[in-house]
Amino acid sequence: MINSSTDSVKKLNLINRRMFITGSLKFFIMVGLISRLFFLQVKENKKYLTLSDKNRIREWKLAPVRGEITDYFGNVIAGNFEAYQLHIIPEQVEDFRYVIYRVKDLLEMTDKEFDKVLKKKNEIKPWETLIVSDNLSWKKFSKVNNHLYDLNGVKPVISISRNYPFKENFTHIVGYVSQANENDIKNSEIIKKNFVPGLKVGKVGIEKSFEDKLIGTNDIERYEVNAYGRRINQLEFQKGEQGKNLKLTIDTEVQKLTGELLKDKAGSICVMDIYTGSIIAMHSSPSFDPNLFVFGISQDDWQLIRNNPMKPLVNKTLQGSYSPGSTIKPIVALSALENGIINTNFTVNCRGHEHPLELYGQSYHCWKKEGHGFMNLRNAMKQSCDTYFYEVARKLGVDKLSETAKKFGLGKEVFGDLFNIEKKGLIPNTLWKKNALGQSWLLGETIITGIGQGYIQTTPIQLCLMTAQIGNGGYKIYPKIVVDDDKNVSQVDKFIPLYEDSNNIKIVQDAMYASTNEVRGTSYRSRIDDPKYQFAGKTGTAQVKKITKKDRELDLKTFEIPYKERDHALYVAYGPYKNPRYALSILVEHGGNGSTTAAPMAKRLFKKVIDRDLLRKSISEKKYLEI
Amino acid sequence: MYQHTKLSNNSFGFFQKLRNFDYILLACILLLGTISLTTMYSTDGGNILFHTKSHFVKLVIFTIMMLIFSFINIKFWFSIGYLSYLIVIALLIWTYFFGIKSSGSQRWMDLHFINLQPSELMKICIILCLAKYFHRMKLENVNSIYTILTSLIVILLPMGLVIVQPDLGTSLLIAISGIAVIWFAGINHKYFIYTMIGFLISLPFIISFLKPYQKLRILTFLNPDRDPLGAGYQIIQSKIAVGSGGIFGKGFLKGTQSYLEFLPEKHTDFIFTLFSEEFGFIGSATLLIIYAIIIYRIISIGISSRSYFAKIFCYSFGAAIFVYITINMSMVLGLLPIVGSPLPIMSYGGSSMLATMIGFGVVMSAKVHSQQAIA
Repeated sequence: MINSSTDSVKKLNLINRRMFITGSLKFFIMVGLISRLFFLQVKENKKYLTLSDKNRIREWKLAPVRGEITDYFGNVIAGNFEAYQLHIIPEQVEDFRYVIYRVKDLLEMTDKEFDKVLKKKNEIKPWETLIVSDNLSWKKFSKVNNHLYDLNGVKPVISISRNYPFKENFTHIVGYVSQANENDIKNSEIIKKNFVPGLKVGKVGIEKSFEDKLIGTNDIERYEVNAYGRRINQLEFQKGEQGKNLKLTIDTEVQKLTGELLKDKAGSICVMDIYTGSIIAMHSSPSFDPNLFVFGISQDDWQLIRNNPMKPLVNKTLQGSYSPGSTIKPIVALSALENGIINTNFTVNCRGHEHPLELYGQSYHCWKKEGHGFMNLRNAMKQSCDTYFYEVARKLGVDKLSETAKKFGLGKEVFGDLFNIEKKGLIPNTLWKKNALGQSWLLGETIITGIGQGYIQTTPIQLCLMTAQIGNGGYKIYPKIVVDDDKNVSQVDKFIPLYEDSNNIKIVQDAMYASTNEVRGTSYRSRIDDPKYQFAGKTGTAQVKKITKKDRELDLKTFEIPYKERDHALYVAYGPYKNPRYALSILVEHGGNGSTTAAPMAKRLFKKVIDRDLLRKSISEKKYLEI
Repeated sequence: MYQHTKLSNNSFGFFQKLRNFDYILLACILLLGTISLTTMYSTDGGNILFHTKSHFVKLVIFTIMMLIFSFINIKFWFSIGYLSYLIVIALLIWTYFFGIKSSGSQRWMDLHFINLQPSELMKICIILCLAKYFHRMKLENVNSIYTILTSLIVILLPMGLVIVQPDLGTSLLIAISGIAVIWFAGINHKYFIYTMIGFLISLPFIISFLKPYQKLRILTFLNPDRDPLGAGYQIIQSKIAVGSGGIFGKGFLKGTQSYLEFLPEKHTDFIFTLFSEEFGFIGSATLLIIYAIIIYRIISIGISSRSYFAKIFCYSFGAAIFVYITINMSMVLGLLPIVGSPLPIMSYGGSSMLATMIGFGVVMSAKVHSQQAIA
């Protein structure tokens, strides 16, 4: 220190200078860091706060609770029940293999089901819920509950699911729900909005048509999640709304009876209120249990339904196009009367199979071998004389006939676009044939159209509507199946008269009365004499194949003909005759004969329907009182 | 002359030493220790778990050690300058052969009670060694080729040993410590400028030598949104955590980003993120100011030191600490690519804290013995 040389001083000066430079640099960098902090935490705070919330908050939607569907009397047709389910969260299970095998034993799962569960497990994250079984019986559910001490991480859960207590009775009206698929989501905004995995949506019927009303809204759960997506705690629970309930015009008791009547038969019955258009019952047989579809139908069940020769999947009431047979005769008669072609005194001589109607080398036989003799309108309708109607049709012409038929609801969808499966049927005319087939109309075709054969095709619901509109005195009605259905198109022409002269309707009504209630009437054996139940109807027997000369000679009984070649049996009627209220149409595929197969069903139906009429009225009156 | 006689007896009484203590520095270090413990408690999810306990034990032991070091004469630190360097070099070589492998690199040696990371100690020892080397050197000799080469070898040797571990981050920090000493020793500033230019020119070549993950880090730094769930994840989540803290923070133990495990490495490199999320701008700025005070105190101790060795050590150590803090914070705030560099005292990790505390010890010793000349 004594020889503090100039070198030492220089050194100190240098180090101090450099220290000062470094110090200032440090100061500026420090200011830089603080401003960066200020920028991130104060200026951009909102942006990062949002990002942080986006990180940590996740929403879980729960499947909405569907609205219920009830019949007119409030009986639940499609309801919600508590399904017993078994959930496992794999990561909460210590020994997954042990637990899953234990569950397999307890639930007596087949290897196939078990493999499905294992496959599902591999597809999900370990903290996600694995649904081992979505619909357990109470017995199995309680069994699992008793063994819970042994099944760490297994959760018995009660969840809400669709249930159809009347099983196959309402399938063709209500339809069913099942797991939503890609198309469902693509085609419906509301399904897209409410979609959660496992959401069940309507696939056919009312369930599909009224999806928007029935679906309801999701419950929403907001959870805080960690970086791996695991839920840490629940922040919020937003209760969704249950879907709206729907009330149908259907009477379950009548509906059940229709099911009973058509048991083991293929066919359709529908019953309609002739003034309001309310469908009282509508059944297509055979049917199937819609509950099978709710949790996904098993392959075996599906094959059973699909391969059934009686085609349970087809809604025969709406989708089945059949020749109306003689049930078209009231319309033919009405059309001829309206157009002034005939009057009540017009007479045709029916001379049996010996002397059929001959036209251009073709012969047209009446169904009755011996012939009916001289027939006027009332008698021809009563005994369903084909020869009479051949002659009337020939004189009337197909174009005028089709006009009247269309007026009464044939040849177009009865429910509008309510059911997308509904068929139009076909009411032919000359123009149609030219456009569709490129051929001219033949007179012979007019003749067979007069007895409801040939090109003409109708659905059972159309026949029911036609009968209802004859029964109510010839006024237009709009059939409906849902009470307070605002979905339907404008009904400005509701109750407008469909006739030119109301007398003509009365003539047809009287002829139908005769057909059911007078000796030699085709459905005379199914009549009810009590005026309270007395109904008027018309039988029909629709040929499935052309009757050859040989067939005519053999004259086989129905049971002697192969099932597929037997005639369809039809019956349309309305009643009570004195004070009409209800119309029905019955169709039994390959049922043989309208008067022996279909008409007796009408007798039982009218008894039931009219017995319940008062009850029904009391409900509708109560409704007005409440308002 | 007067001073000479006073100091030549070399006798410092215990109370004299105690009076010479820099209490502001000590207070800041203790405050920092408390903050780091609190933050560690938060990283453990509000429980006293492994990290908190271990951090506490280390903090207590190393603070006591620092105090003991303060009482050791600065001459002692001068005398062990070369020795400590050689010992740590030996440890690094030993680690190279027998070290513990963990997550792809071999950085630690098992001392049973602690897993020591010699590369962290090198950050301090290189300063001690070079400070001693330049202590007696005449200014005209400083810029001689021989000196420059020697000091370069002193820096490059440990760097090489650390790079092969591999641990690029720490080796860079060692280099920065060494370069700081050279800078304060007075090597011509032209050399620094030339080196800088040379470095920039050779940058493309250096990059081509980098490991793929290191290249990825640089790319990610330049554009974090390139791969938000992969390489960019750390930067993005860290920025979200800091940014969402706001002015006052989300509150102690309420940092959702760290609690919900969005933050990576929250005990070590990203501890500032967690602190910043929970205590906001006010907390972070306070923490920075504490660091600033510490660095200011270190420098002023250097200024008041009589010996050149103490001066050069204090200035270099201050600069080194500053660089560690800056690199760590810049990384966390998305200003620099991700390099593994702990935040002194705050981050969990024994070796880093040990090295820092040794440094503080030597600085404190320089303060206590500020009038001590070194022959």
